[in-house]
Amino acid sequence: MSDLSLETMSQEYYDVLKELGNIGAGNATTALAQMLQCKVDMSVPQVKLLEFKDVATLMGGEEQLMAGIYLGVEGDINGSIMFLLEQKSARHLVGKLMGMTIEGEEFTEMEISALQEVGNIITGSYLNSLSMMTNLKICPTIPSLAMDMAAAILSVPAIEFGVIGDNILLIQTQFFDEIQLDGYFILIPELESYVKILSSLGISIG
Amino acid sequence: MSELIKVGMADLQVCISPNSITTLGLGSCVGIAIRDPVTKIGGLAHIMLPDSTQIRNNSNIPKFADTGIEELVRQMTAKGANRSRMVAKIAGGAQMFAFQNKSEMVRIGERNVEAARKKLGELRIPILAADTGDSYGRTVIFYPENGDFIIKAVGRQQKVI
Repeated sequence: MSDLSLETMSQEYYDVLKELGNIGAGNATTALAQMLQCKVDMSVPQVKLLEFKDVATLMGGEEQLMAGIYLGVEGDINGSIMFLLEQKSARHLVGKLMGMTIEGEEFTEMEISALQEVGNIITGSYLNSLSMMTNLKICPTIPSLAMDMAAAILSVPAIEFGVIGDNILLIQTQFFDEIQLDGYFILIPELESYVKILSSLGISIG
Repeated sequence: MSELIKVGMADLQVCISPNSITTLGLGSCVGIAIRDPVTKIGGLAHIMLPDSTQIRNNSNIPKFADTGIEELVRQMTAKGANRSRMVAKIAGGAQMFAFQNKSEMVRIGERNVEAARKKLGELRIPILAADTGDSYGRTVIFYPENGDFIIKAVGRQQKVI
């Protein structure tokens, strides 16, 4: 247990995350489609273990404007999760949800709460999937939203991963309605919770 | 032709005028810029965590405020900078997400700033200016020529400290 690190357990944990990515993104797509009342497609999610410096590059550069939704999880496992969406995509989603085109850089309070709701639904879909897969009780805390440069938002999960290593595990999913939306999901369990997640799926940690 | 040197997350670089040095999108991390005004040798560290002694897996020196600042000073000295002349400017350490609970992880930006100040104090390197805290990301550019530390943020006026 004391020798547990992200790098050594990555293969089994990858598989779990891949499955979680598939089910979670599937559920999120369904929820999005219901909310937007239109057809939403998704691509097969990709799971990636990346060095800190490469994560922002994947999202289009450190200064790429992103919307990040961050919340804690409690219950049988502890940790936090984050969902990131390009600000352009966020604007598109909110506009669609509210039936209008959003102009300018700034989001109004109403648009921010709509975006928060989108984040809730997407993160909720992933958490439900994880909970169903593992039979663990997982309760989300109230989510918080930030719109800023990718690197600045990513510093939060990077620091949490930084306590145990130099990499970030993320699930990348593409959603399509009229345009392509790139979504990134980062699950950051506390170290003991990794063991719980894996062992609840029948994977023992040597 | 002057060059703009890039510092990544958990990274540090030394730079000599007329070159300048930058790090993009500091969130809760802290950027520590150090300069020797005589040799015009500068350096920038982008640290993520306050204290290497609290973490078992601590081989990544630039990741921590304590070891990162020490290493930056060492590398600058090796290039010919004089430690007794060094001065510093710091930026970053934001709290990117608003949360009710005040857990240690949430306060990480603030703790990173405290740790950077403490380490610079121990090394007797004065802090000439700081732009820290609040809830937004910062891109910084440091010019060892005159010590200007430029801070850019989304939707805010660029400033020089």
